[in-house]
Amino acid sequence: MDYELKFSRYNECSILIEWPAVMDENMLKDILDYKKSIQNSSVELVVEVINTFNSLLIIYDLTIDNVYGEILRLKSLKIKAETIEEASSKLWRIPVCYDADFGIDLEAFSKEKQLSKNEVIELHSSAIYTIFFIGFLPGFLYLGGLNKKLHLDRKSTPNLDIKKGSVGIGGNQTGIYPKNSPGGWHIIGKTPVDFFNAKSSPPCVFNAGDKLQFFAISKTEFLDLEQDVKNNKFQLTPELYA
Amino acid sequence: MLRILRAGFFSTIQDLGRFGYRDKGVPVSGAMDLYSAQFANALLGNTKDAALIEMTMLGGKFQFLEPTVIAVSGAFMNPMLNGEVVLQNKLIKIQPNDVLHFGTAEKGFRTYLAVKDGFKTETILGSRSMYPSVTTQSVLKTNDQIIYKPFQGVQQTFSKVRYDDTCLESSVLDAFKGVEFGMLSENQKQQLFSKDFSVSKNNNRMAYQLEPKLDNNLKPILSSPVLPGTVQLTPNGTLIVLMRDCQTTGGYPRVLQLTQSAVNVLSQKTLGNRLRFVLKE
Repeated sequence: MDYELKFSRYNECSILIEWPAVMDENMLKDILDYKKSIQNSSVELVVEVINTFNSLLIIYDLTIDNVYGEILRLKSLKIKAETIEEASSKLWRIPVCYDADFGIDLEAFSKEKQLSKNEVIELHSSAIYTIFFIGFLPGFLYLGGLNKKLHLDRKSTPNLDIKKGSVGIGGNQTGIYPKNSPGGWHIIGKTPVDFFNAKSSPPCVFNAGDKLQFFAISKTEFLDLEQDVKNNKFQLTPELYA
Repeated sequence: MLRILRAGFFSTIQDLGRFGYRDKGVPVSGAMDLYSAQFANALLGNTKDAALIEMTMLGGKFQFLEPTVIAVSGAFMNPMLNGEVVLQNKLIKIQPNDVLHFGTAEKGFRTYLAVKDGFKTETILGSRSMYPSVTTQSVLKTNDQIIYKPFQGVQQTFSKVRYDDTCLESSVLDAFKGVEFGMLSENQKQQLFSKDFSVSKNNNRMAYQLEPKLDNNLKPILSSPVLPGTVQLTPNGTLIVLMRDCQTTGGYPRVLQLTQSAVNVLSQKTLGNRLRFVLKE
């Protein structure tokens, strides 16, 4: 599909490309293909390419003297991007304990949504989510694909200390807190998996475009896995997702 | 080895920043006033990415255990070596056990202490810049010890290099139109460029909030990329200028984008300092 793209200078050494302001998986593929094409052909010029739901920000090593010329060069790479072949993506399966000890808002959340706790867990863990990008905090995934029945506005009063690994719902999104942090999401569970570790390589195994699914574990399993993560005995391995 | 006898108000190790991990949500970090930091490194003939100490508002007290050469740049904090006044933006020869002491910033807000070959703290994800949850330590503390390579040779002076104090003196923030500039009303645009703004108490390495508020009815946007120097307008009308430790993405309209040198200018400002925006071309 053809999207109408807008190219503009962001600052002296970066250019922004914008797609229409929507969250859409097909559009994400278009964005990520283009991102790959830019990264492959601009190794010496470009420091970083960041994507979000509808943007690519291309950050250069030096001031861009000829912005117009560089935009033309980027446009020529879009044509090549369209010939990138279909690759299967990774599916990460993430264990979550929905026990009331961790999912501190699950009770209130299910009442508010007029669902049973099991229905909430079933709806949350059956969906396959798409990682649109990573931002906000190191290792914070922006996931698309939350079932409409689970959409609920953020809490009006944020929680000051949400524990690392907490799984929450805010608006039309679900996500995992990669570290202790204040936040306004409804916390429905917790994962023992580390989403960001600066001392590992890579520090975060997830990439934009990957798929993710949660599965329910018991509190005993959670505590066992938590120990394994602590002792470096746990490794997350993705499945192939056609 | 450098012994930190007193850390000062807020001192960190910084270099040019951490590149290549923003798509994992890792902020770029790096010296707030890159001009002054790079000036100090250049005086010493250091590579651009040499790590230095960034002091904020109130400087520290340091003891050098080995000989070296240092340079101090940025805000003026009355540097004294063994009780004697020393000049900023000049090479300073250091003998073992010399004590360097800084006071309160009189002009500007952030001062850089650079050492020959840079401070050798841990490198995490390609950078020594301290940032919570990335580096083990996120701020320097009294009694810390930092490694540097002893240097006894004669350091060539680059006498032609002159420190440009624009970042300390200027109250003008040059800015490009931001991505959502077009969403502003004519009245808002006029307020943006005619009002004097001042730095609020909410100012740190992540962001500077400005006062007063603008009238605003703009809604949040879909989370989008941001950079140091991005000026966001929140729903309650507060202007927030993102700085080096800012998040990689944000959901408020991006009304302006500071030039890189304007980020340095703002880095040297503190509570109550007055500023105005000037649109660049």
